Amino acid sequence: MLLHAQIESNKRKTWLIAGGFLVFFALVGASVGLLWFDNPVGGIVLAVIFGGIYIAIMMATGTKVVMAMNSAREIRSEDENPFLWNTVESLTIAARLPMPKIYIIEDPSPNAFAAGMSPKNAAVAVTRGLLDRLNRQEIEAVLAHEVAHIKNFDVRIATTAIALVAVISVLSDMVMRSMWYSSLGRSRNRRNSRQDNHPVMMIIALLVLVIAPLVAVLIQLALSRNREYLADASGAELCRNPMALASALRKISGIDEPVRRMAPSCAALYFADPTKKKRSRTNLFSTHPPVEERIRRLEQMM
Amino acid sequence: MIWIVVGIVALIAIIWIAQYNSLVKLSNWVEESWAQIGVQLKRRYDLIPNLVETVKGYAKHEQETLQRVIEARNKLFTGNASRAEQMEANDELSGMLKNIFALSESYPELKAHEGFTKLQEQLEGTENKIAAARQLYNRTVMQYNTKTQSFPSNIIASVHGFTRKEMLQTSEAEQQNVQVKF
Repeated sequence: MLLHAQIESNKRKTWLIAGGFLVFFALVGASVGLLWFDNPVGGIVLAVIFGGIYIAIMMATGTKVVMAMNSAREIRSEDENPFLWNTVESLTIAARLPMPKIYIIEDPSPNAFAAGMSPKNAAVAVTRGLLDRLNRQEIEAVLAHEVAHIKNFDVRIATTAIALVAVISVLSDMVMRSMWYSSLGRSRNRRNSRQDNHPVMMIIALLVLVIAPLVAVLIQLALSRNREYLADASGAELCRNPMALASALRKISGIDEPVRRMAPSCAALYFADPTKKKRSRTNLFSTHPPVEERIRRLEQMM
Repeated sequence: MIWIVVGIVALIAIIWIAQYNSLVKLSNWVEESWAQIGVQLKRRYDLIPNLVETVKGYAKHEQETLQRVIEARNKLFTGNASRAEQMEANDELSGMLKNIFALSESYPELKAHEGFTKLQEQLEGTENKIAAARQLYNRTVMQYNTKTQSFPSNIIASVHGFTRKEMLQTSEAEQQNVQVKF
């Protein structure tokens, strides 16, 4: 089974990248510890506690927070949008998943995303533009892609990645600010002995913290690109209509309007790049693989 | 020496238990996905009388068609119909509903009726859900059957009486299955 092999290889890659992320997270913690109180291990402990609390909060409220960040409104009954509701329900039946919550974002740019830490508390959001501008088969295909993300647990990985990126940025920011103020303080009080401690290590730690937010985002993006092809393949299998998925991709990438109600940190969650930046090929900063390549792979499935 | 034998026996026992458990799981999944089909069939069964009531008021000349819809609907849950028979009744019903919705084209008042459009949406929704549940059922049966036939789980399956299960006949919509490859 080729799809099965693909899924396995994808899972391995994900674990590898996620492992790298954790190592990097520890490194950031160590740098914070070194700069703040001369104790790298203490820093790692601090970062882990900080990250742990943040992830626990995300676990408990993640879906709601992500939805609020993207100004998504929940629809609570079938009557509000029967077509959307029924399509999601059919897809989750076929995928053997519980019914996720459904949200609508009032934005004319067509797009969609999924969030949530497990299939049990997952949610799917679509923009008004998706419902208005795409035909029913295409909407179904896009929703199938999102349901596939939930089934493959991509959502948990993506949400955790967002949490880690946030923690790293906050830590780096806090240390930078405190360094700035303490250096002002030190210029008045030159007898401070702390600054004499292993200067090379201090410089390395400082460098790590300067580049940390950027590296964290790059790792997050690598994770998310990796999962897109897989969600396309299993989504096409779920709705049995790769052609509609390809045509939805074409339509969405043909529209230049970005999703304005989007939180930038959530760009990678979306079905197709919501920022609509023009890129000739994938680079480190792409949130998604190139549309042409995704379409090509879908066409091979027909 | 004795430890090698003990080791081998323990290994076989572990494999046996694992294979048995996964057979049980797949077999339960098959039943679960059938129950899912049942839920949707029931929903459809409950919606049909509303549809008939609504259509009756507007399309007076279509009593016969409506009568047949009712009959097909009643066949969904007759006594001890087999799964295949229930699916057959369901497909028959799907065909008839298509006729009713086509027929609404010639009754503009019916088409404009809010309750009717809502029912149409709901019935189409359940039809898609039945198709999805059927897809899941067949995929699960296939997994289960593969397990009962392949080595070494086939030995455990035959000892504990896990027999082959029948797939449901696929309706037209499901025949356009896609081939997934990279």
